Amino acid sequence: MTAAAPHQPAAAVPVLSCDGVVKRFGDHTVLRSVDLRVGEHEVVTLIGASGSGKSSLLRCINLLETVDDGVIRLDGEDITDPRVDADAVRRRIGVVFQAFNLFPHMTVLDNITLAPRLVGRVAKAEAAERAMTLLRRVGLADKAAEYPDRLSGGQQQRVAIVRALANEPRLLLLDEVTSALDPELVGEVLQLVGELKDQGMTIVMATHEMSFARQAADRVVFLDAGVVCEEGPPEQVLVDPAEPRTRQFLARIIDAGRL
Amino acid sequence: MTVPAETSPAPAGDAPPSDLQRSRERYRRERARRSAAIASVSTVVFLVVVGAAIVLSPGWPRVRESFLDAEVARDSLPDILSGLWLNVRVLAVAAVLIVLVGLAVAGLRTLRGPIWFPVRALAAAYTDLFRGMPLIILLYLVGFGIPGLQLRGVPTSPVVLGTVALVLTYSAYVAEVFRAGIESVHPSQRAAARSLGLSYGQTMRRVVLPQAVRRVVPPLLNDLVALQKDVGLISVLGALDAVRQAQINADATFNFTPYLVAGILFILLAIPTIRVADWITLRATRRQQASGAL
Repeated sequence: MTAAAPHQPAAAVPVLSCDGVVKRFGDHTVLRSVDLRVGEHEVVTLIGASGSGKSSLLRCINLLETVDDGVIRLDGEDITDPRVDADAVRRRIGVVFQAFNLFPHMTVLDNITLAPRLVGRVAKAEAAERAMTLLRRVGLADKAAEYPDRLSGGQQQRVAIVRALANEPRLLLLDEVTSALDPELVGEVLQLVGELKDQGMTIVMATHEMSFARQAADRVVFLDAGVVCEEGPPEQVLVDPAEPRTRQFLARIIDAGRL
Repeated sequence: MTVPAETSPAPAGDAPPSDLQRSRERYRRERARRSAAIASVSTVVFLVVVGAAIVLSPGWPRVRESFLDAEVARDSLPDILSGLWLNVRVLAVAAVLIVLVGLAVAGLRTLRGPIWFPVRALAAAYTDLFRGMPLIILLYLVGFGIPGLQLRGVPTSPVVLGTVALVLTYSAYVAEVFRAGIESVHPSQRAAARSLGLSYGQTMRRVVLPQAVRRVVPPLLNDLVALQKDVGLISVLGALDAVRQAQINADATFNFTPYLVAGILFILLAIPTIRVADWITLRATRRQQASGAL
């Protein structure tokens, strides 16, 4: 609230900005002081070891967790102010989770139209029509009447992405969306994310898929021990990192055969 | 094991079964026949032994006379049936009220945040009190205590007060069943709903409760079966239900057969509920799962 933005944003107000974000769970500090800026149409990937705070940061941005210190702004508006309407903020941010989290008691179509109908007050027929357009785009129009449990993991995740898009969000948060998928299903989900990027969606994506980060991201942010350790274009951070900790992390990833 | 081969074994699925497959099937059929035979024989032996033990017991003639009098059964049946109709009506009203009160108490118990502490505590006290209190004592307290206050406008009918006591007890149980169901829905479902912009109430109503209710339908229907016979307890307040009518008929004929008639009618009433419960559970599972094999 009190801290002024450390470096002035360029001409345009960034879609998302985090300044000195701190999050503690009891005695454990997950985010020490995170600064992050995401401009319009930008795709930023968060990389880092498990427990480095990637998921916690995304949950804080979406107000699923309350931050202890620092400010998060969405289009310049301080959304960490306790007086803001958190439901209204979440409506402007789409989230896709690692475990899909589709609603098992609803059909694919109902999963997608639930929020537009309830929150966006869109008429049922119109919401369904828009959902079908989105489903056609991801090649799942024939699955509209199915229940999620009957779909493959890759199909479920694509439905989850469509569900997040149905709210027409300003910002899309992807939390390790391919980590729960079988290797042969990862491609179809990453391809969809690539298409969203081409359509100009602003995306923050926590991921372990380094090759995808390299080709699709505008910027790679390496989180370590709750702070942004290094950030920059993918060729720099992933190929020629300046920080020793980034190098160590990438060396471990290469050992694991993921780059 | 070798069987004369008429056709050479073919690997394709639509080919005639191989000798190996046929010999296995023959073996399984044989085993199934033997199992069925053993089960039938042991069932018959068991029934004969139990039947003989009862019929050959020294007191059997007197028991048969006082519990299995066909004439008394026939004469008491109309009274008991009319009493059972009262039980059914009480059951219908009580079941609806129990679900509503139970759901409300469970909802209050799962509210989060310090503001709701008193409400949560009150709801918790409600479930503790009415699950701990024996139903028969509660029936006396409500059925005789409330009219004893002589307040104007408060019902004094034993049927109404008996229903109130049943609702108080059963809604406490049902509230806990609902609460268990609500808490069994994984937090990630709430997270997903809230991140779509749904409010706490919308998340509860559209995402958490439908899943919770589906999961608790089997235990709830079990409670309904228990309630079906416990509605007979309103007879202690003097309501003219099936049990009370059986009692009146038994007292008039010095014969216990009317009780047996009432008991059988209660069982017949319960069986459809039990079957419907099984069917609903099965259908709900089938609809959501990819295969019904497990």
